[in-house]
Amino acid sequence: MSEQGKAPGPAEELLRIRGLQVVFDGFRALDGVDLTVGKGELRFLIGPNGAGKTTLIDVITGLTRPAAGSVKFGGVELVGRKEHKIVRLGIGRTFQTSVVFEELTVVENLDLAASFRRPLRSLLRQRRGVDEVVAQALETIGLTELADRPAGVLSHGQRQWLEIGMLLAQRPKLLLLDEPVAGMSRDERERTGRLLTEIAKDHTVIVVEHDMEFLRRYASQVTVLHEGKVLVEGDVAQVSADPRVQEVYLGRSGKEAAA
Amino acid sequence: MSRIMNDKLRGYAMFAAVSALLLVVAPLALPGFRLDELAKYLCFAIAALGIGLAWGQGGMLTLGQGVFFGLGGYAMGMYLKLHDAGGDLPDFMVWSGVEELPALWAPFRNPVIALAAVVVLPVTVAALLGALVFRQRVRGAYFAILSQALAAAFVILLVGQQGLTGGTNGLTNFYDFFGFELEAESTQRGLYFVTAVVLGVLYLLARQLVKSRFGRLLIAVRDGEDRVRFLGYNPATVKTITFAISAGMAGLAGALFVPVAGIISPSLLGVVPSLELVVAVAIGGRYALAGAILGAIVMNYGKTAFSEEWAGGWLYLQGALFIGVMTLAPKGAIGVYQQIKDAVARRRSVPAPHQEKSPASLKEEVPA
Repeated sequence: MSEQGKAPGPAEELLRIRGLQVVFDGFRALDGVDLTVGKGELRFLIGPNGAGKTTLIDVITGLTRPAAGSVKFGGVELVGRKEHKIVRLGIGRTFQTSVVFEELTVVENLDLAASFRRPLRSLLRQRRGVDEVVAQALETIGLTELADRPAGVLSHGQRQWLEIGMLLAQRPKLLLLDEPVAGMSRDERERTGRLLTEIAKDHTVIVVEHDMEFLRRYASQVTVLHEGKVLVEGDVAQVSADPRVQEVYLGRSGKEAAA
Repeated sequence: MSRIMNDKLRGYAMFAAVSALLLVVAPLALPGFRLDELAKYLCFAIAALGIGLAWGQGGMLTLGQGVFFGLGGYAMGMYLKLHDAGGDLPDFMVWSGVEELPALWAPFRNPVIALAAVVVLPVTVAALLGALVFRQRVRGAYFAILSQALAAAFVILLVGQQGLTGGTNGLTNFYDFFGFELEAESTQRGLYFVTAVVLGVLYLLARQLVKSRFGRLLIAVRDGEDRVRFLGYNPATVKTITFAISAGMAGLAGALFVPVAGIISPSLLGVVPSLELVVAVAIGGRYALAGAILGAIVMNYGKTAFSEEWAGGWLYLQGALFIGVMTLAPKGAIGVYQQIKDAVARRRSVPAPHQEKSPASLKEEVPA
């Protein structure tokens, strides 16, 4: 099912992580992670609970400081930079629990995401109309009709899409999605999958995901993390055939792995 | 669309009505000393507007606005004192045995510098404080306590430096205000108009700010500071700017208060007055700028009126009101008004069927 048409070959390198270590009170959340993501790739990051997937995203986006290692984005070192500066370099992320600004309307949420490159003086002016980027993002996530409603009225799924829309409006080079389909209905999952495929056409995307069915349908390249280390890397078939993966991860739900 | 137009028109009408009330009706109907009282309330309303901006919109619970009110007030007071003294030392310094004008006072001989300092001083202090504190991600209760401690420390400083600041008595006995005799009723009347106009202009500016992208960003910072970072903004900058603006408003309020009330002293800007102002904003409705202004005027009026009848009773009433508002109507008087308005509107209009359907029908559609 993973016919993304993406060559897994050595594309231009966008993200290069080397020897990443994160320690929380003596617990090694990441223990020497190496990861390289090429431009235009759609990479899935999987692994059992506590494998360090979210921690990895947190380090890339500046939320967590590593004890050692380096994260280079287009040749620029990210470790030690502040969160908003990393966003300004072109990295956007979503969170497991979607956080949209409930008091602001859908279009205001998107506009805010699109406006961070504006100088302060222009921020002091009122928004007139809807920017091209914002309109496009609205269209992509299918919330055009709800544009002027406060984001507080959206359903869980719609909030996740709004978050993805805000990410798109930022025009990032790299998108990091942390469990985008968690808690979604089957319908919503389907829509998110299609949305993801659409986005991956012209963006580099890293997705942290738990949902195996979703993974099998939409993933091309998969990295499996286990106990803070990269266990296996490859396409879906390779990864699910790997005995080590079956043991630590898929093995836990053996029937699913066999399917 | 028509609803938005209606709201806009209603807003303009409300602003015009309140302006007419303050600029025409009140000066005609109120006796001189009552008008003076109202002018004081309007000064507090200006400071309250700043609190509405910082707290209501930006989520910064600032319990030390008295500091900035004081900086503005003392800047104005120092100029008036020096002006009245005409080349000599101000009276209280003579009484305290000070023989030479302190260097700190010297620049305030110049009216332009003094008037600029009214805004520049509080803005600078707030900006420095904000840059330090917000960058370290100090927020919520910690920021509130810090701002309150600042007010307490400021008062101790003022009281301790008798020869420099007039101590507990503060600065008072002003006679001449830019060529006008301060005692004269016409001067007081004029000051009332100036205060009312300043309040109106600041309200419009603040409203513009709230409606701008910056204002949206401010609300976003209030509701999800950590998320805002991942939209590429530095929340510390947004908060510092807003805090500095609110401090500038408090400074202006303090400066206007000095000629209006004829005094500025530590008891006007310590912890208690700072808190009272925040309580007034909460009761008026902190999420609307108009609520902050309304709260400040009504609560200060209430304080005067009530104290005339039953001295000491106001404190209890104020406390009870605050608790009542916080538990029953956290959005304050303006919030209650809006709730009633919405309820009436809902009752009147049967919802249009297509509006109800749109969210549901959208689910069927495919994104992209």
